[in-house]
Amino acid sequence: MTQSNSNTAHADHPLVGHLVPVSTLLATASVLLILTIITVAVRYIDIGEFNLWVAIGIAVVKAGLVASFFMHLRWDRPFNLLVFIGCMLFVVLMMAFCVLDTSQYRSTQYTGNPPVAQETLDANAPGAPVARFKLGMNP
Amino acid sequence: MSQASVGHEGHAGHEGHADGHGHGSAEHAKYPFLAHHFETPAQQFDSAKLGMWLFLATEVLFFGALFVAYAVLRSRFPEVFSYGSHYLDTVMGGINTCVLILSSLTMALGVYFAQRGKRIALLICLWLTMAGAAGFLVIKYFEYSHKIHENLVWGPGFYIPPHDAIGEAESVALAHAPASAPAAVPAPLNSASSGVPMIGAHPAVDASVVKPASMGPLGLGAGAVNHASAVTHDIIPDQLPSAHLEDAKMPPNTHVFFAIYYAMTGLHGFHVIVGMVVIGMLIYRATRGDFGSNYFTPVDLVGLYWHVVDLVWIFLFPLFYLIH
Repeated sequence: MTQSNSNTAHADHPLVGHLVPVSTLLATASVLLILTIITVAVRYIDIGEFNLWVAIGIAVVKAGLVASFFMHLRWDRPFNLLVFIGCMLFVVLMMAFCVLDTSQYRSTQYTGNPPVAQETLDANAPGAPVARFKLGMNP
Repeated sequence: MSQASVGHEGHAGHEGHADGHGHGSAEHAKYPFLAHHFETPAQQFDSAKLGMWLFLATEVLFFGALFVAYAVLRSRFPEVFSYGSHYLDTVMGGINTCVLILSSLTMALGVYFAQRGKRIALLICLWLTMAGAAGFLVIKYFEYSHKIHENLVWGPGFYIPPHDAIGEAESVALAHAPASAPAAVPAPLNSASSGVPMIGAHPAVDASVVKPASMGPLGLGAGAVNHASAVTHDIIPDQLPSAHLEDAKMPPNTHVFFAIYYAMTGLHGFHVIVGMVVIGMLIYRATRGDFGSNYFTPVDLVGLYWHVVDLVWIFLFPLFYLIH
């Protein structure tokens, strides 16, 4: 019975699960904090379109660190990793298909403030569709 | 997951007494926490963990739908998002990010100490995680209350004019008004401006009686504003509710940004509250001495949940607070 040895769990061979050393956890948290500072700093650098992608990239790296080390995925059963990666992929898929046609929406449908809001604003406020409605023009 | 852990507990109690039924093996005799339908503790642990991961996958999809809504709205109204982001406090958001990362660290350390069978260290870590969650919510409360005070909310409330300012402007205007002004004038105006959304009908009578005061904060950049705003600026400090309505650069549909902001951070905040409840259960059970180096599954599973809460915030923070 080899199990009887692991009854009193040893530091490196626990009965179940995997022990992640404290030093690894502390290092992970430090890197996460440093990446947080970087992602705040990147905000103030204008690189146009890439600001969003850099921010998302850093967030993905942070998510990977949390999942790998804090959530033990690196040593866990591969099937758990499959579940996690799989659901992420499906979210990305859903998002991709939803964003795909956003440029095809009726261009006039959402211009200006909603009429309900516009009534409390001045008639000359930015984005005033009310005047058009009042004139009876087809939006 | 707490129910699952309670289930383990119940089964463990049953098994301890029901070994004579024939299910019991040497494994079950040795590990009182081992449920009768599992062969080994490792099998039980892996099953519980797989179940938790499946639950977390549904959580990711749950938040994923809101992230899709975010993506669609942002691709439709990019100017609204870059404008609205400036109303969020980056310092508070950054502090909250650090608080959550540190509470994730203490949770991971808690799992470590549970695995090592260190009860006191586990309890300290759980209490620290609880404190991190509470701190996060306190900071979030300050952010929310500040925004709600300034009418930075979803829906038509975003466009409600500052009714306090109207009231004060009226009183001042009345104080300086000639004595012939009827004393009963403020009553209908106040009833119209307080509580009732301004979207409804403004009685034309009121507007004609005290036109400058009622038009002033309502209108944006209209000619009549100057008179009333000159009055209100002396009384109302800079934290004027609905001050954003006076910003000519505000793009249309800015309330959409706050709608998705409250939806996503609100759902996340709800998860933080749920996290505090389950961590509280862990503290109760750890104090009772349920966990050891062989049985720490609930600690591990709650840890996984808490890390996902952290993960969601890692994405929310740059997407809302850090738009260039």
